[in-house]
Amino acid sequence: MPATAAPQNTSRSSGPGSGPVLTWEKRLEPSRLMAVVVPVISVILALAVGAIFLSATGFQPLKVYQSMLNGAVGSKYGISETIVKAIPLMLAGLGVSVAFRMLLWNIGAEGQFYMGAFGASWVALTFPHLPAYIMLPAMFLAGGLMGALWGLLPALPRAKWGVNEVITTLMLNYVAILWVDYLVYGPWKDPRGFNFPLTAPFSDAASLPTIAGTRVHVGLIFALVAAVLLAIILWRTRWGYEIRIIGESARAARYAGMNIERNIILVMLLSGALAGLAGMSEVAGITHRLQHGISPGYGYTAIIIAWLAKLHPATIILVSLLFGGLIVGGYSVQTSGVPAATVSMLQGAILFFVLGGEILTRYRLHFGRKEGK
Amino acid sequence: MENSVWIAILAAAITAGTPILFAALGEIITERAGVLNLGVEGMMLVGAVTGFMVAVKTASPWLGFLAALVAAGAMAAIFAVLTITLRANQVVTGLALTIFGTGLSGFLGKPYVGIPLPVSFKPVALPLLSQIPFIGPVFFRHDPLVYLSYILVPVLWYYFYRTRPGLNLRAVGENPAAADALGVNVFALRYIYVIIGGMLAGAGGAFLSLAYAPSWLENMTAGRGWIAVALVIFAVWDPVKALLGSYLFGGVDALTYSLQAATRIAIPSFFLKMLPYILTIIVLIVATRQTIVKHIGAPGALSIPYDREER
Repeated sequence: MPATAAPQNTSRSSGPGSGPVLTWEKRLEPSRLMAVVVPVISVILALAVGAIFLSATGFQPLKVYQSMLNGAVGSKYGISETIVKAIPLMLAGLGVSVAFRMLLWNIGAEGQFYMGAFGASWVALTFPHLPAYIMLPAMFLAGGLMGALWGLLPALPRAKWGVNEVITTLMLNYVAILWVDYLVYGPWKDPRGFNFPLTAPFSDAASLPTIAGTRVHVGLIFALVAAVLLAIILWRTRWGYEIRIIGESARAARYAGMNIERNIILVMLLSGALAGLAGMSEVAGITHRLQHGISPGYGYTAIIIAWLAKLHPATIILVSLLFGGLIVGGYSVQTSGVPAATVSMLQGAILFFVLGGEILTRYRLHFGRKEGK
Repeated sequence: MENSVWIAILAAAITAGTPILFAALGEIITERAGVLNLGVEGMMLVGAVTGFMVAVKTASPWLGFLAALVAAGAMAAIFAVLTITLRANQVVTGLALTIFGTGLSGFLGKPYVGIPLPVSFKPVALPLLSQIPFIGPVFFRHDPLVYLSYILVPVLWYYFYRTRPGLNLRAVGENPAAADALGVNVFALRYIYVIIGGMLAGAGGAFLSLAYAPSWLENMTAGRGWIAVALVIFAVWDPVKALLGSYLFGGVDALTYSLQAATRIAIPSFFLKMLPYILTIIVLIVATRQTIVKHIGAPGALSIPYDREER
C-alpha cells in the first residue's frame, strides 16, 4: 500500500466536524529522529517498569541499578566481562538479524549455539594433539558447520512446504540442549570432574588467544569481521539485494525471478553458522570445555538485540555491548538476593517498549483541529 | 498389556494433555480473530506462578486459578495494545511476551521454589460416569479443571460454528475489512478474543502448578506453550481436533515418564525427553502438508494488523 499522509484519509477514523482530534498520520518517510529516540526511551521506561517490580518485592531499585552499572562498567574486570558476554550476543544477533531481514523467524539461535559448541568440542576432544594452527580452524569449521546444519533442518521443510519455522527452530533448541546434556552427563563426562556435568578440559592448543591479559578473546574479532562481511553482503552483493527485496515483498521478489526457496536455505545456513560460531568461540575462548547450561539464553537475547538494532550489523555490535553489560550487572547483584530472572524481565520489557514505540517512526500523532479541504 | 495398565496410561495422557489443551484452545480463539500470539509460553508461565502464589497465600486452588486467569489475561492485554492498537509485528511481540513472561515468572516465583502447596486440585470421581467400565476410570476420575476442559471443547465448537457472535469472530479473522463494513467492531473483538485466549493459556499454566505437579519451578512449562501453538495448526483451528492432538502429546508425555520409570537407566532419558519436541516438528510438517493438499488453512487475515486506512 502506498504511504499517503493525505489529511482527508484520516478524517474517516476521527469522524466529521472540526473539533479537536488526535489521529495517527502516516509519515512519507520513516522518521530518523524517532528511530534513535524510541530505543533510548524504551530502555529508560523498561528500567522504570523493573523498578516497580523491584520495589514491590522489597528491593531499592536505584541501589540495584547502581550496583548493576558498577558491576558492568565500574572496573577493568567489569568492562572486560561485559565484552566477553557481548561476543556471543554479537555473533548470534548477527545471525538472527540476517534471517529476520527475510522475515524468516529463526528463533533457534540458542540451539544453533549449542550445536556449534558441540561441534567445536568434538574436534577438541577427539583430536587433542592437533597443533593450534590446525586445531582452531578445525574447531571454527566444525562449530560453524554444526550451527549451519541446525539451521538447515528447519529451513528445508520451510522452503519446501512452508512449515512454520518459528515452531520448528524453537523445538530444535530443546533437542540441542538435551543432546549436549546427554553428552556432558553421559559419555563425555570428565571422569575427574567430581561428577559435575562437564567434559574434560581441552588441550591448550584449543584455546582462542586472549587480548591484553583479559578474558576477552579473539571471538570479538570474529564478530567484528562478521558484521563487516554481513554489511557487505547485504548492501554490496546481489545476494544481499535479494535478501532485502524478499523481506520487503516476497511477491515482488518472485515476479523479479528471485528463487525464494533457495534463499531461505542459504540464509538459514548463514544464520545458523553465525550462531554456531558463537558457541564455538564460547567453548574455545571462555569455558575451554563443554558443559551443561553453556548459554544462559544468549540465543533469545540475540533476538531482542537484532530487533532493537533494527537488524543493522553495526548497531547490533553496539546493542550487544549494552546487553552484555546488563547480563554482567545482573550477575553482580545476584549476591544481594536480586533474582537472576530480573535481567530477562528487563530485556522483555525493553522489547515491549521498542515494539510499541515503533509506530512513532512510521506515523506521527496529529493533534489539533482538522484542516477542511 | 493388561487392561489396568492401559487405563493408567490413557488417564495419565489426559492429565498430561490438559495444560496443552487449555493453551491450544486459547490460541485457537486468538488466531480465529486473526491475531497470532506466540506468547503462549510466557502467559502460561505467568499463569502458573500467580496461580501458585495466590493458592499458597489463600489456601484455595480456585482463587489461585482465578488469579492465573487475570494475570495471563493482563499479559494478553499488553500484547493486544501493542499489536492491535500500535500495529507492532505480531511474531516479535509474541516472542517479547514469552521472554518477558519467562523473566517475570522467574522473578516473582523465586521465593516460592520448593514450597509445597497447602491444597491442590484433587481428582473427583463423577457419580455414575466413573463407574462405566474402562471409560469411567480413563475419563471421569480427574480433577475439576479437566472436566472444565471437557466442557470447553464442545462449547467453543458450538460458539464458532453455530452462533452469530462466533460468525463475527471468524469474519474478523478471515476478512476484517468486510466485517468492518458490516458494522462489526474489528478492534474491540480482537481485543476481547486475544484476552480470552490469554486467560485460557493462564488456565493451562495454573493446571500445571495447581493440579498436575503442584509446585512452582522456573520454566516449568518446558515448551508446552509452543507445542500448543503447533497443535493449533495440526488441529486446523478446530477445538475438537485440538483435544485429540493434546491427548496425543499427553500420551507421549505419559509414556516417556513410565518408560523412564520402567527401564531405570539414566542416560536414555535425555532422548526420551526429546520425543515431544521431535514429535511436534513431525506433526507440524504433516499437518502443514495436509492443509496445502486439502485447501484448508489459517484464518485469512492471520497476523496482519488491521488498518482502516489501508483497506
